[in-house]
Amino acid sequence: MIEYLQILGQEIYKIIFLLVPILVSVAMIVWLDRRVWGLVQKRRGPNVVGPFGLFQTLADALKYIFKEIIIPASANKVVFILAPIVTMTLALVAWAVIPMSENLVLADINVGILYLFAVSSLGVYGIIMGGWASNSKYPFLGAIRSAAQMVSYEVSIGIIIINVLLCVGSLNLNDIVIAQKELWYVIPLFPMFVIFFISALAETNRPPFDLPEAEAELVAGYQTEYSGMMYAMFWLGEYANILLMCAMGSILFLGGWLPIIDIYPLNVIPAPIWMILKILLLFLLFAIIKAIVPRYRYDQLMRLGWKIFLPFSLIYLVLTASFLFYFDKLPKVNI
Amino acid sequence: MIAHSIFFYFFSIIAIFSSLMVITSRSTINSVFFLILDFISVGCLFIMVGAEFLGMILLIVYVGAVAVLFLFVVMMLNVAEQKQSWFIGKKSTHIPTGLIVSVLILLELLVVVGGWKYKDNVMSSSTLLLSETSNTHQLGLVMYTEYILYFQLAGIVLLLSMIGAILLTFRERIGVKKQSYIKQISRNPSTAVELKEVKSNEGVKIDD
Repeated sequence: MIEYLQILGQEIYKIIFLLVPILVSVAMIVWLDRRVWGLVQKRRGPNVVGPFGLFQTLADALKYIFKEIIIPASANKVVFILAPIVTMTLALVAWAVIPMSENLVLADINVGILYLFAVSSLGVYGIIMGGWASNSKYPFLGAIRSAAQMVSYEVSIGIIIINVLLCVGSLNLNDIVIAQKELWYVIPLFPMFVIFFISALAETNRPPFDLPEAEAELVAGYQTEYSGMMYAMFWLGEYANILLMCAMGSILFLGGWLPIIDIYPLNVIPAPIWMILKILLLFLLFAIIKAIVPRYRYDQLMRLGWKIFLPFSLIYLVLTASFLFYFDKLPKVNI
Repeated sequence: MIAHSIFFYFFSIIAIFSSLMVITSRSTINSVFFLILDFISVGCLFIMVGAEFLGMILLIVYVGAVAVLFLFVVMMLNVAEQKQSWFIGKKSTHIPTGLIVSVLILLELLVVVGGWKYKDNVMSSSTLLLSETSNTHQLGLVMYTEYILYFQLAGIVLLLSMIGAILLTFRERIGVKKQSYIKQISRNPSTAVELKEVKSNEGVKIDD
């Protein structure tokens, strides 16, 4: 019995050491997002609280904690409260399999990439539950939009993942990183990287695909009725999801925790720092795109997902498979 | 082993409880939520017996896609809550149908499980072996060699059902203006605006 308790204690210790940095980096990333947004629009962005305004998000969080939580009278109370919890939990749970270096990973499971894909596809539930439980028109329209959007773009993300898996021959995330030791997949699979990035924008409801919360039409979409800490949880979950998508992109295409080239001054830098740099690079792209691109129309969004991305990634899948087959480059599996 | 059985009973109790709640709960939305919970706990059970690939696929396909569309449809239909619970209603026609279906399913299960348990060599074709290789590799090896025909046939059946569903819902509507992206992009200022002499009492006909 004591052994089990010890194991449990160790696991909880590890989980806390994973979650606290993620929550802190989510706070920092919100600040970075707003700074980049400000820079693009020739403003200063948040610069008052703390050095360079670094503590702005913490101040915001404090404000949200002390605000009153209002639950609409006609809302379905259980589902209404459950929705932000689901969003936040799913956004954090996925980080269990992300490898920061060869050994620095909470759960090194065999089907890591499938786990990531499964958890990110569950993310739609938070939004759909929140939108329905509010019992109001705007949130419901937002929820319907986001359900259709996320299910559509998941399909092309799935096929892109298959593309990468064909080259790797394993579902383990560490294996995927190690397979890119010679060549990052961003070079041979560059079109897939672009499509993955755009699909990730749609999957996380970021501009230009933020139709579920399009403020011009739907007030704030599925989070219209939320206030106080519950709104903040939606918000944190959203940013944790964005970070997760960046991490997924850097593992699948940018070589995860590997240095750019394996030479002396570069390979001394510890692996987690390389991973963090790659995540930050992808996040900067996310932030710049938010600032410079106008919102898509809904039918154009659906057309892009189903009529362009899906056929194109399928064709590229066939091309990758035939290339690997004819040049005898298919990954060898030792059974 | 204690921890293993604790987790097993935990997940199986949740699975059984939520599948009971799917049929007994009065609001349709709650039924769907319990169905999702059921899928998730069954997926966890799959992972516990070592079938990690099947568990993840269950999560991705059923919870991530099928149940979302389910929820979507139920929310759109706005089904009112049932006034009576399922066993009290007198004129309910669901109970006989449900009984017939469940007796049939029970019989099928009895035949399959009985044949598998008490008669040797019913499953003569090769099945998965427990070994060091991950079960994703094993599934792939069996599915693309021994069962390739059935695999492809299943794919064709799914494709046919998809085409059938599209064909059933597709109808050509008359008088709907469609956008052509090529036309929109290839517009240029010289041809975009057209000046017309309008005769009195005749007007101008505007199309496309």
